[in-house]
Amino acid sequence: MQIAREVLLRSYRAMRTIRDFEERLHVEFATGEIPGFVHLYCGEEASGVGVCAHLTDTDTIASTHRGHGHCIAKGVGVDGMMAEIYGKKTGLCRGKGGSMHIADLSLGMLGANGIVGGGPPLICGAALSHKLLKDNGVAVAFYGDGASNEGSTLESLNLATVWNLPAVFVLEDNGYGEATASSYACAGSQKARAAGFGMPYLECDGSDFFSVYETAGEAIAHARSGKGPIMVHVHLARWYGHFEGDAMTYRANGEVAKLRAEKDCLVRFRKQVEEFSLLEAADLDAIDGSVRAEIEAAVIGAKAAPVPEPAELLEDVYVNY
Amino acid sequence: MSRKSFRQAINEALRQEMLRDPRVILMGEDVAGGQGGSSGVSDAWGGVLGVTKGLYTEFGPDRVLDTPISEASYVGAAAGAAATGLRPVAEVMFIDFVGCCLDQIMNQAAKFRYMFGGKARTPLVIRGMYGAGFSAAAQHSQALYPLFTHIPGLKVVIPSSPYEAKGLLIEAIRDDDPVIFLENKVMYDDEEDVPDEPYTIPFGEANLTREGEDVTIVAFGRMVNFANQAADKLAKEGISCTVVDPRTTSPLDSDTILDCVADTGRLVIVDESSPRCNMATDVAALVAEEAFDALKAPIRRVTPPHTPVPFASILEDLYMPNPAKIEAAVRSVMGYKAKQEA
Amino acid sequence: MAGTIIPVTMPKFGLAMTEGKIAGWLAHPGDDISAGAELAEIETTKITNVYESPASGILRRQVASEGETLPVGALIGVLAEGEVTDDEIDSFVTTFQSEMATTGNDDKADGAVMPEIVTVGSRRIRVQDAGKGADGAPLLLIHGFGGDLTNWMMTQGGLAGQVRVISFDLPGHGESTKDVGDGSPATLAAITNDLLDTLGLARVHVAGHSLGGAVALELAKIAPSRVASLTLVAPAGLGDTINEAFIDGFINADRRKTLEPVLQMLVHDKALISRQMVDGIIRFKRLDGAMAALNAIARASFENGRQKENLRGVLERFDGRVSVIWGAEDEILPVSGAEGLPAKVAVHVLPDTGHMPQLERSAEVNDLLTATISA
Repeated sequence: MQIAREVLLRSYRAMRTIRDFEERLHVEFATGEIPGFVHLYCGEEASGVGVCAHLTDTDTIASTHRGHGHCIAKGVGVDGMMAEIYGKKTGLCRGKGGSMHIADLSLGMLGANGIVGGGPPLICGAALSHKLLKDNGVAVAFYGDGASNEGSTLESLNLATVWNLPAVFVLEDNGYGEATASSYACAGSQKARAAGFGMPYLECDGSDFFSVYETAGEAIAHARSGKGPIMVHVHLARWYGHFEGDAMTYRANGEVAKLRAEKDCLVRFRKQVEEFSLLEAADLDAIDGSVRAEIEAAVIGAKAAPVPEPAELLEDVYVNY
Repeated sequence: MSRKSFRQAINEALRQEMLRDPRVILMGEDVAGGQGGSSGVSDAWGGVLGVTKGLYTEFGPDRVLDTPISEASYVGAAAGAAATGLRPVAEVMFIDFVGCCLDQIMNQAAKFRYMFGGKARTPLVIRGMYGAGFSAAAQHSQALYPLFTHIPGLKVVIPSSPYEAKGLLIEAIRDDDPVIFLENKVMYDDEEDVPDEPYTIPFGEANLTREGEDVTIVAFGRMVNFANQAADKLAKEGISCTVVDPRTTSPLDSDTILDCVADTGRLVIVDESSPRCNMATDVAALVAEEAFDALKAPIRRVTPPHTPVPFASILEDLYMPNPAKIEAAVRSVMGYKAKQEA
Repeated sequence: MAGTIIPVTMPKFGLAMTEGKIAGWLAHPGDDISAGAELAEIETTKITNVYESPASGILRRQVASEGETLPVGALIGVLAEGEVTDDEIDSFVTTFQSEMATTGNDDKADGAVMPEIVTVGSRRIRVQDAGKGADGAPLLLIHGFGGDLTNWMMTQGGLAGQVRVISFDLPGHGESTKDVGDGSPATLAAITNDLLDTLGLARVHVAGHSLGGAVALELAKIAPSRVASLTLVAPAGLGDTINEAFIDGFINADRRKTLEPVLQMLVHDKALISRQMVDGIIRFKRLDGAMAALNAIARASFENGRQKENLRGVLERFDGRVSVIWGAEDEILPVSGAEGLPAKVAVHVLPDTGHMPQLERSAEVNDLLTATISA
């Protein structure tokens, strides 16, 4: 597999940005300064980045409640994201959406989504737009193992097949839907579910960027070429709770520590690129330093930013009313 | 100008907007009908009551999309397509089926613009049939417009005649917000003169179908016709009524309602939806709050009882508001002052 | 019964009128009414008009209540002369109404002359052609800016008994095409000329109202031999100014509430503007293309409250009969436009009248028109 150096650099930077963004949020959330819910993507970075590496701004993604990683992978700026999570006027959604509703339609980011299973139907529509507007775009639904049991998701797998849409269903299976294991909640197998709709199915190791990159590339090429929808099952693990503040009493002691030690996609990426002399350690170190500064600046900026004006309460409910 | 049925007016609005704008598409269950059937006929139904007949034949499968019976997926798809460049008109057949796709309407389409800080446009129309009177029973007869009116981000349209239906539907399709467009299934064969050209009727402007001095009757959708019948009969008794058709429940033309109540001092509201938290309560609250001093009598609401829509005709007739019930309510508000003096 | 019972029925104001609403009674039961006295206000889909009593007598019954809508020909009241008892009146009413119910009013509705669409070149023009003239030239009626053929309902209805009368919607108006070309009176006159070709009319008397007056003058310029006489009702093209607030307001008003005060500028008695009239104009304005057409027409003729073109020269050269009718209280085109016209022009300034004499003073306008075309 040939991957251009700039793709590697960009992908590493995106994964490192997600990691630092989320780890920093974990710290900042504990101070009580961030309102609402925050769901962290730590440990799953290679999935969003490995998929989005094949997408352009024309392509569309729909995300989940655990959406920060998808946003960054799709190119959304961290300053606007951080300010949004802090509920500030300078936030990407002017402080009216928060962590669960970060969106940037100009980049084809159709939004994080507070509703489990909310994204797949929207992606059918985005894929229909790509098909009818003939812009060669594809639409990608990220959804979790929890959402895989929602009727809206299963309906979408059917509709996308019936309409032969350029849609990719990326199942990010991190083993838990909230506090319930997917081994309990998901009947049958995801592969068999795809087969039930006559939909091609691919799977990959979500802790390995190269595995995701290669598999997603194949899937996206399939959809883009007009062959219809396809499912990509990414095997993942999340490092934090369902939301910040979740004591994870449903997980065995040491489970997360083991994951961090053995399944860190960033560590693995560094090892792989150095082993095959694809990138220099110095390249990666430079990115680490740059990202650290970027996240620091984003947090400082978000904390200092003004809160929304009272008048904004009533704005943007409608285009006109 | 020619005589058109409610059904034809809606079909013509869809057709003219599809001709005008290639981004306008239709989707829904059997909006064409017949895909994959053994007859090979692929415009078999044109909608379960024939409203979209002929559009598949004219515009083809890319513009008129039959869906699986799968409301969550295709209503959500319509929302997603609207946010990414198309202008879909999705039909939910009987609006009662919204139970299968409320998330896509309530949590997705309605909220995009606000949640995303004003950066989204969702030019989506969801058409659905509402209303009792067909013995269609509890799951195919509800008048659910208060449900949608309750949700910020949605606009809600209830046309009361063929002329109104065409202009309001064209307005809905050209509007950049999600619009719920509700068609009373009993009215599809109603006829009146309707311009052949495209035209629009703006949202949030009530229409006065009768003007009088004694009582204001605010009525919605098919109830406007009932209110007109009642007003004409009452005029012969010397009671003159203003009939207000708000056309849209969101936005609601509060100013016109308040102006009319200020003129007449009496208010009867006719609403085919279930009586709790419906448009009648909403309008009554508005008037009680903003025009209390103008009232010469208590506000009266003519609504069905708080029951599901029954099946048997005798029960459904009892359930429905009708001109006689409206007349009785008007007479009761007219008689109110006399009772006080007695 | 020593007296006479006289039924008063719903009048037919315009050719297309099939029903009317009693907007208000202007006489009370027991009043001694003389023929021509104001009896009731009748509201039609276009305008509210005073109905003058067709006969003399005591008003014994108001059969129709205020607010009631009835078909043309329906009994609205009963007059009686001499000794007539209440029982006799009751029995008359019962008999009249049962006969009405038996014969129905369908024939009345069918009797209405409905407009038809005529294709002129590439343009669809709505034309209402009524009446059979004896030998003389028919009368062509040209409405003004923002109007349509129903602006002439009282004229066409009133004169169709004696002459063939043709009204039509100018391009951009009513149900005619929205293709107005450059929107100028000259272009509209050329299309009118083509319409006359299509209708096979070699020579017509022409009456033009407001902007339609300018169109009539342009028609007399390009086809002088075709125009038997000119009657200009509050015409454009003779004065300098135009009420800009009206033109802009008419174009920009998109709601009933904003349009109503604009339309009230048209008439001296503001009560003449009915809700239905406002609704009708709003309906027209909401047709696709109507606004663009109105804008083009307004831009072609008016600028900053001035009329762009003065057509008085046409009157100098025109050798047919010309009469000018103007409301003294016209708020759109000031009556000063009637001053200083060539001596051969018969000028009639009507007191207490606004910009719509043909509706506000229909009887007088019809008399003046009759005089002009029969001369």
